[in-house]
Amino acid sequence: MQYIVSLFISGISLGGQYALIAIGYTMVYGILRLINFAHGDVFMVAGLIMIYMSTVLPLPVTMVLVLILTAVLGFLIERVAYAPLRQYPRMSSMISAIGVSYLLQNAATYITGGLPQMYPSLPFLSNTVTIFGTSTKYVTIVTPILVIILVVALTQLINHTKIGMAMRAVSKDFETSQLMGIKINSVISMTFVIGSFLAAIGSMLYFTNYSSIVPLSGAMPGLKAFVAAVFGGIGSVPGAVIGAFIIGIVESLVKGSDFSVFSDAFTFALLIVILVVKPTGLFGEKTTDKV
Amino acid sequence: MVGTKGKKTLVTSFVCLALLLVLVIILENTLKPTNMLFTVLKKGAVYALVVVSMNVLNGFTGLFSLGQSGFMLLGAYTYAIFTIPVADRENIYYLYNGAALNFSFPDMFASIFGEGYAATFFGVILALIAAGIVAAFVAFLIGLPVLRLKSDYLAIATLGFGEIIRAIFQWNALGKVTNGANALKSFPTFSDFNITNADGEVILRLSTFFPFLIAGACIVVICMLINSSYGRAFKAIRENEIAAEAMGINLAHHKRLSFMISSFFAGVGGALFAMFATQAQAKTFTSSMTYEILLIMVIGGIGSISGSCIGTFLYVACSEWWLRFLDSQVVFTSVGAPSRVIFLAVFAIVVVGGAVLLIRHEMKTKKRKWAMALLAAVAAALMVWWIMFVATGNLILPLAKNGFRMVVFSIVIMIIVLFFRRGIMGDKELTDVAIALSRKMKAKKAAKTGEVAK
Repeated sequence: MQYIVSLFISGISLGGQYALIAIGYTMVYGILRLINFAHGDVFMVAGLIMIYMSTVLPLPVTMVLVLILTAVLGFLIERVAYAPLRQYPRMSSMISAIGVSYLLQNAATYITGGLPQMYPSLPFLSNTVTIFGTSTKYVTIVTPILVIILVVALTQLINHTKIGMAMRAVSKDFETSQLMGIKINSVISMTFVIGSFLAAIGSMLYFTNYSSIVPLSGAMPGLKAFVAAVFGGIGSVPGAVIGAFIIGIVESLVKGSDFSVFSDAFTFALLIVILVVKPTGLFGEKTTDKV
Repeated sequence: MVGTKGKKTLVTSFVCLALLLVLVIILENTLKPTNMLFTVLKKGAVYALVVVSMNVLNGFTGLFSLGQSGFMLLGAYTYAIFTIPVADRENIYYLYNGAALNFSFPDMFASIFGEGYAATFFGVILALIAAGIVAAFVAFLIGLPVLRLKSDYLAIATLGFGEIIRAIFQWNALGKVTNGANALKSFPTFSDFNITNADGEVILRLSTFFPFLIAGACIVVICMLINSSYGRAFKAIRENEIAAEAMGINLAHHKRLSFMISSFFAGVGGALFAMFATQAQAKTFTSSMTYEILLIMVIGGIGSISGSCIGTFLYVACSEWWLRFLDSQVVFTSVGAPSRVIFLAVFAIVVVGGAVLLIRHEMKTKKRKWAMALLAAVAAALMVWWIMFVATGNLILPLAKNGFRMVVFSIVIMIIVLFFRRGIMGDKELTDVAIALSRKMKAKKAAKTGEVAK
């Protein structure tokens, strides 16, 4: 019983971390209809920035700088790699996204020399605590709470501010919103900045639990977060969060069972089932293709 | 008229292919077998087949699939399972107390013709076909649900399929067949095709010829398919699904067919890859491999078979051979060392040529002043470094250390993706280019004779 509880708790925490990445996917997809394959690698780079900066700067300063630098990275990626291809077929941007992902992974291999890097232990988050008879790190409890706070803040931003309204308009109809005087470039940049910012927070929480980073550490969490976004209905922020929690818990339970080899495969099997049965996900809007 | 011309190009293509094969045999038997060239040629042939197989689906049918590594894995394992000699199985599967399947094609043929070259050859060919069939069959099953999805959903679902396959093949419960997470080895590889005499000395080297032969044959079949009515239906689906359906093309049937054909050749390619690597292991067939294949396809040109082949050989040659030096610290032994001169010349040509091309492209399209200024500045900075390098005789190349090659590579790929979206060939074939050239020549000649007549 205690074992199941501990699996559950770690699943919720993992789900929260996926949720923070998934929001970036779902917002970008909602607006640009682009699977940002590089998002998982941005998450990994945020971890690496943390490692390298924390050796020279005090931790609190580093944490703030990591958030800012990751947001800047997200902004730059959009400007350099996606914006010039916006007028071409969607596949071009997707290939470009894969190219960026390849570049970030190779650059990370070059800088780290391909060796696993140890993540610094953050104050408070890494301390141990006992709940329901299982001992765990504070990060496990902090994650879901932080996720809920951030999601509430984000939904407020989307529903009650000018830029939020612009985002909703752009995701409904790209061209018309442009005609209505919305500065599309700044809206898209904003989306990438928010997504990368949340991914940076996610990386702090995630790598406190899995403390070593290799250049490929971003790929798998990234793909799973994308699955979570699809599961919740792509384009919907609350959907992505709920999807991420479900996937986190399921993955944690599968990992604890006899089928632990399938913990990754299970997520993708779930994805294929969802895409076939209900492609719009739990909260997605139904769209019809027009000629 | 068109028919005779088509026939002519077909004959020319076949002659070129035959000449290429002969050239490979000659090279192989004159140069030292340890030459890097042969690694490049072997890997290039294998990858060319896989890239072309991906092009059938992504370039010609317009279905964006990222499952190629999964089908390669299926092919590699099928090939390995059917060709490992029965005698070696106890050893390889020692963790699982022997294999479940004690049968291999080469052994089967050996019992018919007796041990020898023929048994290996036919056994391998049969196993390669089996590898393709298994991959195509799985593609059929996967295609039933997955092919109903559109563009990027299809991409992500096939990517997921690749991950699932990899997990299944590493599962302990299947260990008696797949050997769990361990590698399968000691099956016939390319070097088994060298003809040896009774003393075991090599008389005729065919280890590079063999992958060329198989990959070449497969690519020819793919070419013929693309130029058939099926190929035209695929292209119609790529251009516009709804219009294609209105013209009476059965979408589901043709998509499934294209998916299965692509997977069949990916399976054969995977089997060849296992032969090249001399082992089959699930963990090598990751999604990064699919990305690599996809990016090669983009370099060559989406929708061009000859482009895919050229792109593959360029990519493999650069990554395995020409750019290797970037991975270790380069110290030139003297100022006039040939490697240094070559490096400096190539560097200057690439920087100046690249900058000129990019700026011209910018002038033609968007005329963004800041982008042009940035490009010019970067090129100028690189050239200043180059001049300093030449002038001071600084003999250590900066930045070069393990992994730098791949960084340079990915930057080049990004430049291609962003600025030269059509790749090397666009959607043209070499034959198209040759025909256009000959027409131009004829027109020139006609103009000249016309002038003379005046």
